Amino acid sequence: MACISPDGKPTESGMRMLHALKSGLGSPEEISKNTDLPLFRVRSGLRELTRAGLAIEKNGKHELTEEGAKLIG
Amino acid sequence: MEEVRERVISLPRLGEPAPAFKAVTTHGVLKLEDFKGSWLILFSHPADFTPVCTTEFIAFAEIYPELQKRGVELVGLSVDSVSSHIAWVRNIEEKTGVKIPFPVIADLSKEVSLAYGMIHPGQSATATVRCVFIIDPNQIIRLILYYPLTTGRNMDEILRIIDALQATDEHKVATPANWRPGDMVIVPPPNTQEMAEERLKEGYECIDWYLCKKKL
Repeated sequence: MACISPDGKPTESGMRMLHALKSGLGSPEEISKNTDLPLFRVRSGLRELTRAGLAIEKNGKHELTEEGAKLIG
Repeated sequence: MEEVRERVISLPRLGEPAPAFKAVTTHGVLKLEDFKGSWLILFSHPADFTPVCTTEFIAFAEIYPELQKRGVELVGLSVDSVSSHIAWVRNIEEKTGVKIPFPVIADLSKEVSLAYGMIHPGQSATATVRCVFIIDPNQIIRLILYYPLTTGRNMDEILRIIDALQATDEHKVATPANWRPGDMVIVPPPNTQEMAEERLKEGYECIDWYLCKKKL
């Protein structure tokens, strides 16, 4: 996994995406621009963060879950 | 009488949607749809830790910045494990200083290779040949190249093809043999006699009514 390590912790790129979500960016395009990660990496990363329960998709935009917000403080 | 069973695999063709995939890569699990909106070069190589493939990976990494300028993503593929890919790209960086910036699909199940017709049993029953699929932002296959196991690919030609396809899409023109950016392009042939007569007044450089060129 690119955003979540096998031990369940977010990788560096995962953390960058979580911080982008915290700052209110929700679309993959906005997150890609803000984090300098390629769009394809953001799209697949958001799937991983969602599966890990750290992000949730609402109306095509992503948000942090309570667990995701707690993780990045 | 002995029954002969032959498995017929249909190959993707130009102008058709690229076969969807979900694959384990060196950058995590990726789907074809993750690349929607970008041009994509999906290429296969026979095997990790082999000499021609190593020169190609270095060459692809060298043109990566030029591809990025053109809005093109790059994805490699072979029938090797993700651990093998990781070890190989780390070895390339350690030995040559070249970092491989693009993901590489670990297609151990051959699911993607077979969907894209990358295994040619006349060359090898187990390894993929050197294929290049150029897929446009709408995920339509626009160009296919096949190279044998023994011949490394030409990166100038790959960049030239991208420039030609993008010029064609942007300006609705065709490109002549050996075209390079800055050269004249071909105006599409006329469909009616009236169009043929009109185009002679357009100021194009024409050899005859069916072969006219213009500057972009």
